[in-house]
Amino acid sequence: MKNIWAICKKEIKTYFTSPIAYVAITVFLVLVGFFFHSLIWWFNSQSLQMSRNPYYFQQLNINQMVYSPLFHNISIILLFMIPFLTMRLFAEEKKMKTDELLYTAPISINQIILGKYLASLFVLLVMLLLTGILSIFTFAYGNPELSPILSGYLGLFLMGAAFMAVGIFFSSLTENQIIAAVLTFGTLLLFWVLNWASFSAVGIWKDVLNYVSYFQHFDDMTRGILDTTDVVYYLSFSFLGLFLTHTVIQSRRWR
Amino acid sequence: MIEVEHLTKKFGDLKAVQDLSFKVEKGKIWGLLGPNAAGKTTTMRILTGYLPATDGKATVADYDVFEQPNEVKKITGYLPENVPLYPEMTVSSYLNFVSEIKQIPTSKRKEAVNRTIEISGLGSVRKRLIKNISRGFKQRVGLAQALIHEPQILILDEPTTGLDPAQIIEIRQLIKSLKGERTIILSTHILAEVTQTCDGVVIINEGKLMASDSLEKLTASYEEREGIFIRLREGGKEKVSLFESISGVEKVSFEDDEFKIEWTKGKDIRDEITKITVDKELGLIEMRPLAMNIEDLYLKVISGGVDQ
Repeated sequence: MKNIWAICKKEIKTYFTSPIAYVAITVFLVLVGFFFHSLIWWFNSQSLQMSRNPYYFQQLNINQMVYSPLFHNISIILLFMIPFLTMRLFAEEKKMKTDELLYTAPISINQIILGKYLASLFVLLVMLLLTGILSIFTFAYGNPELSPILSGYLGLFLMGAAFMAVGIFFSSLTENQIIAAVLTFGTLLLFWVLNWASFSAVGIWKDVLNYVSYFQHFDDMTRGILDTTDVVYYLSFSFLGLFLTHTVIQSRRWR
Repeated sequence: MIEVEHLTKKFGDLKAVQDLSFKVEKGKIWGLLGPNAAGKTTTMRILTGYLPATDGKATVADYDVFEQPNEVKKITGYLPENVPLYPEMTVSSYLNFVSEIKQIPTSKRKEAVNRTIEISGLGSVRKRLIKNISRGFKQRVGLAQALIHEPQILILDEPTTGLDPAQIIEIRQLIKSLKGERTIILSTHILAEVTQTCDGVVIINEGKLMASDSLEKLTASYEEREGIFIRLREGGKEKVSLFESISGVEKVSFEDDEFKIEWTKGKDIRDEITKITVDKELGLIEMRPLAMNIEDLYLKVISGGVDQ
């Protein structure tokens, strides 16, 4: 545990002493702010129009009309940002030959991987928490429901964690950070569009594609439905990424 | 302390190390010598647990490197050829990180970092970013990293490459001062380094062991003759015959204003030589023993192999 913390601390420091984390977080917040603003603006104009009709006015729901699409937008922004946050983690150690220090220290490969993974989750957490500022406005001037927002954030975190695990895996494959980022991005994008493929698929394939694509699992969460299947899906996604990373590192050394 | 038995490492078809065996006693400095790509780095990487061997056995302080890698890693300090530094860290935060992953208890960490900074002479740069310090200091940070947990075993891969002569001497002094409590293996292709710092030497070439022994024994076994160099104020080449006339002298040559006088091992005719130069008033200004130097030894071993 101590060893994991040592690695984790070092990685968090690296994120925040170099501009990486600041740039990533700033760009992320600007984009999220933009989407939030346009969604609120749209919601406002809808409210004005519907205020003339009491029946439709009842249908207005800030959770469904602002938060659900906002969460979807955030998830896409994460898909673009996360490859850049994970590309460094193992590729740079290899390039700088600092892996020799890590692998000859009395700590296990699992501890190294977990330390790095936790550091990346910390950055993700900071990013998501900072978007919480936006909710101050919605709670001050409206009355959204809290639980769908929380489950939406949980969904974002779990999905982001799965993305990070994929990124770490590709970072362990190469010593070139750009290759790691491109492979991560491509893979994440592919899993996203699998969802579209499922529309035209038939029979069992439809279900399989639907299950494998991570957006299907996310959709329920943004609407406040918390299903263990979805949570298990994301956790196993993360586990698979980390497990493959371990396999790659182990096999590299045996070759 | 360190024992390597029939170690073999293959990378695909390439045999980096073949059937290598040697032994290093406790408290000694042993040099791993060989041309580039001889398998020095690979051997060291295996000893430190960075790479697994294809075949053979290696034990460090009674721990098997393959069976108990963590025990070995705890008592081994390793300075790889490419010093593993994080350029964005300061010297002291880097050493603090290393002390954490080397599992120095929290209470002793600060002391360990300070002590290592002092030993390796890093006091003036401790707050600076590693990317901004000079090559010599970087090398020292690398050495500090290897020393921080007071390991019994030190494995140093070319510790003096890229340093200027003054720095080389400093690093050598530092390494020598660590001798005694620690067993040290250092690899190098600078031959002078071996004579100046090491007690013994393992010479490898193309992954194979060429020779392994203490320095004295090794040079002794390759020497057939003893001799001296002398330099005279008076006289040149024409004096060669004068020295040849001394009984027991086997060969006299004159080169670069120096006479090289050799005789069969065991006899000592230095007195006679001195006597002649004084009697004939030749003005003896320099006299030094002709030791088989490490360059000759190395070339001989690499080309001819071992006969022991």
